Amino acid sequence: MSVQPPNGSSNAFVWPEEGLNAVPDWLYTSDEIYQRELERIFYGPTWNYVALEAEIPNHGDYKRSWVGEAPVIVTRGADGNVHVVENRCAHRGAEFCRSLTGNSKEFICPYHQWTYDLDGSLRAVPFRRGVKGKGGMPADFKLSEHGLRKLRVATRNGVVFASYADHVEPLDQYIGPEILKDFDTLFDGRPLKILGYWRNTLYGNWKLYHENLKDPYHATLLHTFLVTFGLMKAGQKSAMIADPLGRHGTMASAKGDEEEGVDQKAVNKEMRKMIELELEDGRVVGFVPEFKSPWTVTMQTIWPNFITQRELNTLGVRHIVPRGPDSIDMYWTMFGYADDTEEMTKLRLCQSNLMGPAGFLGIEDNEAIKWVQEGARRSVTEKGLTLLGGRDEGTSDTLITEAAVRSMYRYYRGVMGL
Amino acid sequence: MTALRNVVPRLEERWALRLEIEEFHVAYAQAIDAGEITRWPDFFTDDALYRVTGRDNADRGLPLGLLYCDGKKMMRDRVQATLRTTTFEPRFLRHYISNLSIDEVRAEGAIKARANYLVVQTLMEEKTELFQAGHYQDTFVRRDGRLLLRERHCVYDSLTIPNALIYPI
Ligand SMILES: [Fe+2]
Repeated sequence: MSVQPPNGSSNAFVWPEEGLNAVPDWLYTSDEIYQRELERIFYGPTWNYVALEAEIPNHGDYKRSWVGEAPVIVTRGADGNVHVVENRCAHRGAEFCRSLTGNSKEFICPYHQWTYDLDGSLRAVPFRRGVKGKGGMPADFKLSEHGLRKLRVATRNGVVFASYADHVEPLDQYIGPEILKDFDTLFDGRPLKILGYWRNTLYGNWKLYHENLKDPYHATLLHTFLVTFGLMKAGQKSAMIADPLGRHGTMASAKGDEEEGVDQKAVNKEMRKMIELELEDGRVVGFVPEFKSPWTVTMQTIWPNFITQRELNTLGVRHIVPRGPDSIDMYWTMFGYADDTEEMTKLRLCQSNLMGPAGFLGIEDNEAIKWVQEGARRSVTEKGLTLLGGRDEGTSDTLITEAAVRSMYRYYRGVMGL
Repeated sequence: MTALRNVVPRLEERWALRLEIEEFHVAYAQAIDAGEITRWPDFFTDDALYRVTGRDNADRGLPLGLLYCDGKKMMRDRVQATLRTTTFEPRFLRHYISNLSIDEVRAEGAIKARANYLVVQTLMEEKTELFQAGHYQDTFVRRDGRLLLRERHCVYDSLTIPNALIYPI
């Protein structure tokens, strides 16, 4: 069991003496830590993914979304600009927008019909002057002071981010050149075509998802399918790239590009689950080169709630919605490009069996994250080990390291005061 | 929607067709519930399309599947990869299929039908949970006298699924 500090006093959260080579269990189980994360990270000076512009192409289009736990609406206003407003009526606080998507000239909260423009400005309040001089709002009530709460918005090549913070660095600086390189390969400005959505609840702390994608070691061991078909494999040209602060990451590998001087037999011997499997159809691992990139897979984590996926020809983004310390809802949006041939669309759909809540790899990550959470929640031992690759931090060109996990926790501890 | 009475006016034929499809559903569910998913592709034609997808995708005409197989070979690939490469906690499923509605019997013999389904899941040590509620949108054809699915879309109502979907619905 993980021991909660007495009286919820934050002084009691003492990081293990091993420093970044250990991760304490309370990081995943404590309500107090979780509340501090919402405040300082999700509602703090960060850029949070909320939508793809392809989902709201026309004036008046809108979509329900989330920043942290908070419900927001992403809209394209009459001015053509993207706005992000809190999905909470300024009057009595109702989460009024109850459609996943839609198109409208205005938002009307059904409770008392307060009416807002798509940019969140309050336009009308029924019976504002009362009836026959009785009731109504005070004379000094100003519509302009009671709009929906507006978030800061930034977009890059069709990807929409929002922030509750008044001061946050420009988006391109926030993501940084190391990570933008592969981000811009996927989002190169070509119009996207949405293929569909998945959602699942994962029974683990939100940081475990970041760790999972900053831990390339697991990819070569947990995912027998990846190794069997050489999608990611020790000894194959690969990289785990981190931004200088350590909060973002890119896990990358090149199928069929083996590093020189690697004894493949010795590599295979390390892995207990090597199998021979011949596929009959094979499209699920068929790859049609389409990007100017040395990598056949890039998985990116953009702090704190966004993941981009390019695995062979299956493309998508994942949106982390935290639901307390013990679980997250993951929102997946899968897409291709507007100019894809029918054949390419079909290939992307077939390869969607790789990732997602029912993907060969997705299933395993979901299970592993649940098992780590249960370990943290139930057992007596109170910490995990992150010793792989010694004390190295940041970018590395081997998969057999936890350097990027350590960088993330160095950054995190600074923000959280831990 | 047309009542089966109008689609197949003769009572005996209607009984026979209903019984045949009901028996198909039972056999299909039994194969998956018994964990014999290597038998699952046998319920389909060689060129069949199988897809499990959320109501939101189905309503908006989006083609994505949570599980998507284009042809029987891809179904066999899915089964082999699941059984031989994928790591997951043991689980037991029960399919409950009901409210069969036969909507159309085409001249060339294709039958369009729907049915509701509930899938109940029990993980190794956990309480049984309602895993998924939805409906099948099916197209059956007859091959060598036997009904086979040429298309099956499993459309589930709750947009969010618990953790992972491993076996076919
Ligand atoms: Fe993984």
